[in-house]
Amino acid sequence: MVFFFQLLVNGISIGFLYGLAAMGFVMIFKSSSVLNFAHGELLAFGAFIFLTLVTWAHLPIIAAFVVALAGSFVFGFVIERLFLRPLIGEPLIYVIMLTVGIAAIFKGAMLLLWGGNLYIYPDFLPLAIGIKWGVVNIAPVYVVSTTVGLVFLVLFGLFFKFSSQGIYMRSVADNQQAALSLGVHVRRVFALSWAIAAMVAAMSGIVLGIINGINVHDLSSIGLKVFPVVILGGLDSIGGAIIGGLIIGLLETFTGGYISPSLRDVVPYMVLVGILLVRPYGLFGLVEIERV
Amino acid sequence: MSDNILLQLNNISVVYSDVIQVLKGVSLSVPKGQIVSILGSNGAGKTTTLKAVSGLLKTENGSVTDGSIQFNGMNIENLPPESITRLGIFQVLEGRQPFKYLTIEENLRVGTATRWGKPYKKDIERIYNYFPALVQRRKTLAGYCSGGELQMLVMGRALMAHPALLLLDEPSLGLAPLVVIEIFKIIKRINEDQGTTIMLVEQNANMALQIAHYGYVMENGKVVMEGTAPELKDNPDIKEFYLGVGATGNVRSYRDVKSYKRRKRWL
Ligand SMILES: Nc1ncnc2c1ncn2[C@@H]1O[C@H](COP(=O)(O)OP(=O)(O)O)[C@@H](O)[C@H]1O
Ligand SMILES: [Mg+2]
Repeated sequence: MVFFFQLLVNGISIGFLYGLAAMGFVMIFKSSSVLNFAHGELLAFGAFIFLTLVTWAHLPIIAAFVVALAGSFVFGFVIERLFLRPLIGEPLIYVIMLTVGIAAIFKGAMLLLWGGNLYIYPDFLPLAIGIKWGVVNIAPVYVVSTTVGLVFLVLFGLFFKFSSQGIYMRSVADNQQAALSLGVHVRRVFALSWAIAAMVAAMSGIVLGIINGINVHDLSSIGLKVFPVVILGGLDSIGGAIIGGLIIGLLETFTGGYISPSLRDVVPYMVLVGILLVRPYGLFGLVEIERV
Repeated sequence: MSDNILLQLNNISVVYSDVIQVLKGVSLSVPKGQIVSILGSNGAGKTTTLKAVSGLLKTENGSVTDGSIQFNGMNIENLPPESITRLGIFQVLEGRQPFKYLTIEENLRVGTATRWGKPYKKDIERIYNYFPALVQRRKTLAGYCSGGELQMLVMGRALMAHPALLLLDEPSLGLAPLVVIEIFKIIKRINEDQGTTIMLVEQNANMALQIAHYGYVMENGKVVMEGTAPELKDNPDIKEFYLGVGATGNVRSYRDVKSYKRRKRWL
């Protein structure tokens, strides 16, 4: 029973991070229909920037976290400006291939800079953050990751629901031509969605790095794991991405815990294939509103 | 005359995808503060004319290849829509095109995009004043509203932007006759209260000529006739082809409904 709760907690916190990473991916897809194959590299990039700031620049943790997120935000903006914007209006397949290219280049650059080793962050979380409920023991990392995940979720929920920029972003995803007719700066919305996606990816990368250690290959492979998450949640649903992330996170930890650790990484893709066969639009894909 | 001319199209040609020529030398002018109507049957090039003005041609791979478009004396042909909207030109698209997954009020807020950061609460109240039917639907997703409500919504959404020139593309399309009458009353009121200049594209010539000051008739990518609204109403050709003999109004609106459905399926 204790083991079960332990897995449940781990699964939920990892799932949150997957979900948030996937949320960024969905945002880019919703606003510009681009599938970003470089998403995992964005996670890894954020994590390594954080690592560098902490271990090399000796910034305090919170400061390093904020700087890494701000840096990733700017980085996302720059990627859109340099690589994506020149291709606006070209067939989507070119744009998607471009992201594959970007992924390879980033990964190469990161391997060059940091090598393929596994790094562990210095242990900086005070033990007191951990939670003890009777026999159930929640390690500080999981408390932190779940809290950070929740805070981001709420912030983005509020941003999309109430802020003008959030509403403009949703309008572009909904009907691009109508948004243009009202003067919404669609290219700016694309840039903003890349910036936000890179920032959230960095956040997930940093926290996953705290949990599992950081390594270029491991973190960039999460970019692929985003696919089962978004297929499960519905490619066009931000809320679905979070729920999809939770489901995949739980499946992974439970499979790893009860069946076999080596099956752990395969399960999400089994789910992916299964879902595509029965519900290609995902569990939470938008129900097409169709009036006569 | 040029002093009070807000918009002037000089002999423009429009080509889609580099090869499909749709407009073949269209000239027209829109005086400040007036309602100018463009009439014509399906495929005449009315929507293309509006999109040439609003810059939305770009999104359909079209461009103005010849001639010029002047707004307040400034050349605007082939500018991107982001720039054109910031000059005060807003197009209300054919077939309404609401943001289906946004509420009515969120839809209205998108109309603040060119005035981002400025207070907008008063504007929303002003829109609800014009369209009281929207008030009780403010929290409803636009995808679930009726055609009449949506027409009010998309017009209100554009009004949020304080347009200097409003381009309306077939506002009566697929609406019940009573709703059409109400919509046209409001268009007239907007023109009178706010002094908004309006370019009104319609197939329903009867309704359009009741509120327009001046009209152009397009056919096959060209302007084939123009005149003041009373002149056009009395013209025998217009009477025969566009005003019909009363009953054709029904036939026409049936066809419109069909084209609306077809459009939605392909989007
Ligand atoms: N995106 C496009 N690409 C190619 N041809 C188009 C496009 N849009 C419209 N057309 C053609 O241009 C002509 C005029 O269309 P349109 O301006 O929509 O007419 P109207 O609004 O008067 O019905 C039609 O023959 C139509 O097929
Ligand atoms: Mg048309």
